[in-house]
Amino acid sequence: MFRTRTRSLVVSLCAAGLLAGCAGDDGGVQSQKLSTIMGRGKLICGVEGKLPGFSFVGPDGKYLGLDVDVCKAVAAAVLGDPAKVEYRDLNSSERFAALASGEVDLLSRNTTMTLSRDASGGNGLSFAPTTFYDGQGVLVPVASGIKDLKGLAGKPICVESGTTTELNLADRMREQNIPYTPLKFQTSDQTFAAYLGDRCVAVTSDRSQLAGKRTSFPKPDAHTLLPVVMSKEPLTPATTNADPAWADAVRWIVYGLMQAEESGITQANVDAKLAEAKTNTNQADLRRFLGVEGDFGKLLGLPPDFVVKAVKAVGNYGEIFDRNVGPASALKLDRGLNRQWKDGGLIYSPPFR
Amino acid sequence: MTPPWWRNRRVVPWLVQAVVGLLVLLLIAFLLGNLIRNLTAAGLLLSWRWLQQPAGFDISESVIPFNAQLPYWRALAAGLVNTIRAVLVGLVGATLLGTLVGMASFSHNGLLRRLARVYVEVVRNIPLLLQLVFWYFVVFLTLPNGLAAIQLPGVVLAKSGLYIAGFGEGLRWMGPTLVNGVWQAPLRLSVEFGALLTGLIVYSGAFIAEVVRGGIAAVPKGQWEAASSLGLGWFATLRRIVLPQSLRVIVPGLNTQYISLAKNSSLAVAVGYTDLYSVAETTLNQTGRAVEVILVLLAAYLTLDLLISALMNGLNHLVQIRER
Repeated sequence: MFRTRTRSLVVSLCAAGLLAGCAGDDGGVQSQKLSTIMGRGKLICGVEGKLPGFSFVGPDGKYLGLDVDVCKAVAAAVLGDPAKVEYRDLNSSERFAALASGEVDLLSRNTTMTLSRDASGGNGLSFAPTTFYDGQGVLVPVASGIKDLKGLAGKPICVESGTTTELNLADRMREQNIPYTPLKFQTSDQTFAAYLGDRCVAVTSDRSQLAGKRTSFPKPDAHTLLPVVMSKEPLTPATTNADPAWADAVRWIVYGLMQAEESGITQANVDAKLAEAKTNTNQADLRRFLGVEGDFGKLLGLPPDFVVKAVKAVGNYGEIFDRNVGPASALKLDRGLNRQWKDGGLIYSPPFR
Repeated sequence: MTPPWWRNRRVVPWLVQAVVGLLVLLLIAFLLGNLIRNLTAAGLLLSWRWLQQPAGFDISESVIPFNAQLPYWRALAAGLVNTIRAVLVGLVGATLLGTLVGMASFSHNGLLRRLARVYVEVVRNIPLLLQLVFWYFVVFLTLPNGLAAIQLPGVVLAKSGLYIAGFGEGLRWMGPTLVNGVWQAPLRLSVEFGALLTGLIVYSGAFIAEVVRGGIAAVPKGQWEAASSLGLGWFATLRRIVLPQSLRVIVPGLNTQYISLAKNSSLAVAVGYTDLYSVAETTLNQTGRAVEVILVLLAAYLTLDLLISALMNGLNHLVQIRER
């Protein structure tokens, strides 16, 4: 009796992530996380959950958005099914603890990659490739007549606590010697509610987030983005340093989406491309990329055709962008820096070689 | 014949205590060891150097001066002082409200009595977080602003806060004035503070009212009758005869409510008031020092609660019936 109780206690502590070390050593490259996910049969993905364009619950009760599509691509690549994802809504203060404790396998949640978050001495995260290059902006009511940061002098500004935006705001305002009052809220819902409640004359966050939230305002046209970019905000999916093999798998699944766009492989033509690769032995690049030859999948602990599965599930990076935040969405964001490197953007997959 | 040691009545209880004590120590050692092992594995050994680094974030309102260049420990201290401010004012307010409502539930006036019951039942059964959000977003954020603000002599109540006249720079008397659409006054209480305070007072007040009611009910009916026969009125009886006797029942219950209020103040972050918890949350996110920051939080709230408890126990000692 005592023994079973102790064991169930230890097991529940393990489950709660309190005893991170109790899973035991995993020798070699085999990823503990990957086998956990495969055994469980679903991926647990931490998302923001309330941000149109990136991750939000659509009218039919299903999660939608760019960040959500990354979760789906990973689930498709690892488990063969984009629907095998359990989404966990996390606010900006919960996200890192949830990831570090193993409560979520992957954080796909408009999180900015920074040195302190990446470093082992900091948050100890392992960042995947950036899926959205963003910058911090400021949203004000058109009626306020405010045109620049100077116009915010002495005014309250709403900001989500525990975000990089909170620090950038402090830095930029100090540089320009503009006094202001930061009003901090725990969730973006509260932050935007206070802004819409007229408690602050401006709200600051990533420009994409402001654009996304604006679409859910009662009068979207009554608010405008100031022409300032306060910072670089590379929004990036993340795992932890604790399992490098799992981090590699996520990294190359995301690269796969980017490379697919570069190679002209889309959700619609991926089957045809695969058939072509199978018959045409001269296309070595394509054959390796789609898993017809070589052992890229095996090196990552993934099925050989993980790229095919991911693209089939959600399309390539360009399709994901267009559908969720680009021309085909309510946000209508410009590709901007998020174009492929060949088109002058920053989206660049290292070679699949 | 003396029994063997394992049946000795002086040895066995002592032995059992020792074994239990040892087990508890072992459990603590195991948990601590595990924590340190895991932190080491994750490369996150406890360190307190971050306390000295510049915080880099601003605080909207602070009793002690603060700016973004000051170190994290100053930010945490500013948050702690903000928490203490809210807790102290909240304690006084909740005690006053709770005592009045508790007394009202014994009133001869039926309307007053029923109002007291309705207040207690409604407020006790709605989560505090919901109430705070209600006070802030529904009540305070719908206040008018600018020239439309509620203006009384020396006092202005606007969406951004309560502005009170006082001595300004150079000890000049200053009333609230509107500068560039922003109200300014020597004394300003933000709506965030107001919402937190209102929420805490109304919520804890209901529980304290119940404690006070229980205390009054515990005083024997004969005391009321005796006072009445002496010609004392309802209020005088309550104030001079019943309340003093009920204190020994009330104070321990009050202690619990006070401690709850201090802990509940950490919900401030929902309404944008920069309390200790809010500062700690930002600090945790910026430094990644989860364990250290949580330790600071634990120590701060524990100290605050133990302090309240100690004061209340002292008070309890004073109001107890002394038998001669």
